[in-house]
Amino acid sequence: MRKFFTLAEMKKSLLMAVWFIFLTFPIMVVRVNPIYKVVEWRWQNLVLVGVSAFFLSFLWRYFLAYKKPAPAKSPLETSARKGKLSELQRHPAARRAGIFLAATLAVAFPYIFSTYQVNIMTTALIYVVLGLGLNIVVGLAGLLDLGYVAFYAVGAYSYALLNFHFGLSFWVCLPIGAAMAALFGIILGFPVLRLRGDYLAIVTLGFGEIIRLVLENWNEFSKGPSGIAGIPRPGIVGVEMSLNTSSIFLYFLMIGLALLTILVVTRLRNSRIGRAWIALREDEIACQAMGVDKTKTKLTAFALGATWAGMGGVIFAAKTTFINPASFTFLESAIILSIVVLGGMGSIIGVIASAFILILLPEYLRAFSEYRMLIFGAVLVIMMVFRPQGLISNVRQTYRFKGLQEENKEGDIK
Amino acid sequence: MTAVLTITGLTMDFGGLRAVDNVNLDVRQGEIVALIGPNGAGKTTLFNCITGIYKPTAGDIVATPPGGPAKTIHGLKPNQVTEIGLARTFQNIRLFSNMTVLENVMIGRHCRTTSKILGAVLRDGHTRREEAEIVAFSYQLLERVRLERHVNDFARNLPYGAQRRLEIARALATEPFLLLLDEPAAGMNPHETKELDELISRIRAEMDISILLIEHDMKLVMNISDRIFVMEYGKEIAVGTPLEIRGNPKVIEAYLGEEAHA
Ligand SMILES: Nc1ncnc2c1ncn2[C@@H]1O[C@H](COP(=O)(O)OP(=O)(O)O)[C@@H](O)[C@H]1O
Ligand SMILES: [Mg+2]
Repeated sequence: MRKFFTLAEMKKSLLMAVWFIFLTFPIMVVRVNPIYKVVEWRWQNLVLVGVSAFFLSFLWRYFLAYKKPAPAKSPLETSARKGKLSELQRHPAARRAGIFLAATLAVAFPYIFSTYQVNIMTTALIYVVLGLGLNIVVGLAGLLDLGYVAFYAVGAYSYALLNFHFGLSFWVCLPIGAAMAALFGIILGFPVLRLRGDYLAIVTLGFGEIIRLVLENWNEFSKGPSGIAGIPRPGIVGVEMSLNTSSIFLYFLMIGLALLTILVVTRLRNSRIGRAWIALREDEIACQAMGVDKTKTKLTAFALGATWAGMGGVIFAAKTTFINPASFTFLESAIILSIVVLGGMGSIIGVIASAFILILLPEYLRAFSEYRMLIFGAVLVIMMVFRPQGLISNVRQTYRFKGLQEENKEGDIK
Repeated sequence: MTAVLTITGLTMDFGGLRAVDNVNLDVRQGEIVALIGPNGAGKTTLFNCITGIYKPTAGDIVATPPGGPAKTIHGLKPNQVTEIGLARTFQNIRLFSNMTVLENVMIGRHCRTTSKILGAVLRDGHTRREEAEIVAFSYQLLERVRLERHVNDFARNLPYGAQRRLEIARALATEPFLLLLDEPAAGMNPHETKELDELISRIRAEMDISILLIEHDMKLVMNISDRIFVMEYGKEIAVGTPLEIRGNPKVIEAYLGEEAHA
């Protein structure tokens, strides 16, 4: 360990403390009492802020220094030094055991735990699907989409409204909701094709808000803020289900959808289209110059990402049996984006893990009710400072060349 | 010999700046043509106009694939130009740095392959065969530019000269009939430059590809070009064989004069 308690470091922390005292002075120290028309000076708060800022900043930078072990390292070395998690992930036996364990746990879960727990887990699985869907747009194609929740809303309202007006069942509405969301993905995709980075983020954010505001204010269409109630849960024709079995059924349905999502996203990522997304993210101009159609590629990313949100939305509506615009605020987009970022952009296992952490953590933190969002925020911030690459490190799984079998055979013939 | 690329009266303005001014240029089939001129002469801008990155203010660009009909390409999108059969490299290397060397070349195959979303998800026979073909084709190109031992490395970890060769391999993966190289020898040592010289000659001879290159290395240019175009301040000031250009007083003043300053 290098020497850390130096004078220079002390000075930095002292500066930080002074700065914090200055910043918090008006709210922490000065208090105007309007009844007695006097100003109170709470000097003890000043001392408190100063001392805690000093120690916290010291601690903060101590851990930051701890985080980067040795500065100079060749790029080859750093790419070889991967996280323990991804190392484990690569080990075939460990991998198989892990999958077996997860499968057993997933199947046994609803029979061990209460309906309440099953419902929470279903919610977490919905977010796994949403995270993986957004991962296509943000993680693979590199398009920062802050209005993803709009597609979720489109899916949910597709089911709710089609069921309300025409009595269409869940199974009919699932593909329709997905298709509607994909359509909206393309509608959003067109105007934002030219935008990148911050501009794209702002426009997609606006799009998300527009959808929500329309749903909130167009009473004749969506019943406004009061929402739509009495949405039926999914069932199998001719089978009567109790509330409990229905929850379990939905849980297994969600497991199925999550598995399908994982399969599809993995295959897409390792395909011609997935490569084009990643290349587009890496360098748009070079990618176009190599013959990739930017418009088509971005639109497929938006549409496919939206498709999963649409399906998630249909299931969400079926699960809660009631939806209103309040379920589709920007906060939802932010949480889904956090799932992708925290998981490590583009990493599928990372996204799954972070979806569970981000959705289950606040649920089980309910005991600390008023502090739970604070803890949640702190976890995110700390995570991003100490592990900016996400839970699963390494940029992505790369295509590894294993030799040319067919090629050699051909060579023999020639 | 027939021309594969014909540029007439090409002009490109940036606000008040005329970066390319009424340039005429042609590349015939099987030729290696060099485009030279001092920095800021408008050479890269000309490349960007040809490859669809900029829309020229005025003028015509016509490409004629060998054995095919002539096509007007100005105003097309970059990927459409590449599909017709023109591929380029960049002066400031633009590789996909977080992708492997092989994957970089595989991107070049995008416009010559057809697998769709459904194929990618179902992994049917056609898609799997196509993927295998993409890999085989890309690997062969890596062998051609002698990068096969870096096949699984990240592009960003390659040495500089290798990165330039990878850009060439990536461009070749699109199966062009005309290859546009923007300062391919920049930053290379004499040994690497010599290898590049051989590589370019081999590409022309073995793959039947015409080449238009921007280059500052006079030895390389004089060595491999059939004809040379010289630009200065956006204007074309001379055209001819290496021998003619070497003796042209206008060129000596514009180009070599600048080199003496720099
Ligand atoms: N996108 C652009 N916007 C404005 N000016 C540009 C742009 N691209 C190039 N230029 C200008 O055009 C002129 C020619 O540049 P360039 O084609 O890069 O020269 P060369 O490649 O011959 O060194 C320069 O003066 C440059 O500043
Ligand atoms: Mg240039």
